[in-house]
Amino acid sequence: MNKLYNKYEKEIQGILARYPAEGKRSAVMPLLFLAQRDSGYVPEAALTDIAEITGTSATDVASIMGFYTLFHAEPAGRYRIQICTDLPCALRGSESYLEQVCDRLGIKESETTEDGLFTVEAVKCLAACHRAPMFQLQGDGEIKYYEDQNVEITMQIVEEIRRAIATEKGA
Amino acid sequence: MEKHILLRHRDVPGIDDLAVYKANDGFAAFEKALKSMKPADVTAEVKNSGLRGRGGAGFPTGIKWGFLPDNSWPHYVVANADESEPGTFKDREIMENNPFQFLEGLMIASYAVQANCAYVYLRGEFWQLAAFLDDKIKDLEDAGYLGERILGTDYSLHIHTHLGAGAYICGEETALLESLEGKLGQPRLRPPFPAVVGLYEKPTLINNVETLTNVPVIIQNGADWYRGFGTEQSAGVKIFSLSGCVKKPGNYELPLGVTYQELIFEYGGGIVNDNKIKAVMSAGASSDVVIADEFCLETPLAYETCEERLKAPLGSASVIVLDDTVNMAWLVNKTVNFFKHESCGKCTPCREGTFWMNSLTHRMMNKDVASEDIDLLKNVALQMQGKCLCALGEFSTMAVVTAVDRFRADFEMHVRS
Repeated sequence: MNKLYNKYEKEIQGILARYPAEGKRSAVMPLLFLAQRDSGYVPEAALTDIAEITGTSATDVASIMGFYTLFHAEPAGRYRIQICTDLPCALRGSESYLEQVCDRLGIKESETTEDGLFTVEAVKCLAACHRAPMFQLQGDGEIKYYEDQNVEITMQIVEEIRRAIATEKGA
Repeated sequence: MEKHILLRHRDVPGIDDLAVYKANDGFAAFEKALKSMKPADVTAEVKNSGLRGRGGAGFPTGIKWGFLPDNSWPHYVVANADESEPGTFKDREIMENNPFQFLEGLMIASYAVQANCAYVYLRGEFWQLAAFLDDKIKDLEDAGYLGERILGTDYSLHIHTHLGAGAYICGEETALLESLEGKLGQPRLRPPFPAVVGLYEKPTLINNVETLTNVPVIIQNGADWYRGFGTEQSAGVKIFSLSGCVKKPGNYELPLGVTYQELIFEYGGGIVNDNKIKAVMSAGASSDVVIADEFCLETPLAYETCEERLKAPLGSASVIVLDDTVNMAWLVNKTVNFFKHESCGKCTPCREGTFWMNSLTHRMMNKDVASEDIDLLKNVALQMQGKCLCALGEFSTMAVVTAVDRFRADFEMHVRS
């Protein structure tokens, strides 16, 4: 059918099977997640592919991508460190935590580290208010929570990821 | 509470394992419903229990179930697992730790309205949780509790998870349906209500995760037993998400009617650094800011009492505690910024109102406002009220109006000298 479909045929069949025939369009969001799995953002060509699979237009798919914050049209760091700075987290120090993490990584909020690995972003409530400061890590097609953080713990996590990637490259 | 009814994982280790859940009365209620009760009897039992929607609206659950018409098929059930209100983190704990009780509730609800397909709509950030639930659903299919002709009866049911992708508005049930249909998460004009024209234009029941998690114990033990907890108009137990300036933030499952005083000082351990309590918000960022005086602290946390005594709805019971170090202009800047970010853009008063309120509070934080700007802020908020399709626009004004009225001095501190 198209590039995206051919690459993930079995998975896409599984996604489509969850919805009735008249609800094919429901697959748009699952397919956007799939399309950004490899590079952390949705390549433009994928919009047409998704539209073709779900029977919508590429414009519709692009507008959905733009509406939802977890879809990204532009490349950034391989991992996005997304720190909640909403009210309950802010009451537990998440704003200064965000600054500290940025300082230690040598970047400002929404910037990417020189090695291209980490982008730090301030985001809205993640339903972890009692375990703030916290962040979610979006990358490699996954989203993981890290709670009860301080800058030291977070930097250890960052270093672990860096080591794992260095090993991956060396192997 | 001696033993938890909803957060049962705190008493029964390993209850997220199907064998353990079954050994602890798991699926007894579903089997009872399926084999010995008519769908209408199940709905009647839930209606009699007095259970009300735990997502915030507090609408009687059984009555909502009864709204689906018999002359339009198929029916769908959707579990609202979009938990996104700042200060709310209860559904996540349920699903992560006691997933089968939630799924059993969803299955009983589906049987009651005779739906053969149900969706769990999770916020996209719950990516790991969705994978976890997929595994649990698979376990149920393998055990014959889900699929075709369940347990030898004529009833069939399939459950699928569906991830959102970062949009608070999708917790609003019609925006959720739009999103589930692969569209922008923007609320629909009502009527028609989802019970009549819902998912794929079919009758659809939408219930919050916590609401559904109550259902198995109601069916198993009966409506009268459930009414033994809580108050006359607010039956049962509720999970209170306690956050902000308390020593022990977290989820507390307690009978409705527990007072603010008990929740914050007995269960929550009191105020951080033993500071003085200043205010509370009962329903996350969508709440009024209520002065935490004696009258407030003595108020029982139940739907009717919060409304009658404080004019501040209980909502999702996500209590944010604020101590005397918190400046209310700063707080309003936070909540307004949240709503500005989350406004879906459909209704002009909300889209523009949240934008201009945000611009004002942002200037306030830079001490770049005159005293009249405080009135202007309140004025913008008041003009938004009652003019939007869904509650988001209204919610964004609650903290603004009440904080300006009750804590004016906090705002005056930000006026340029």
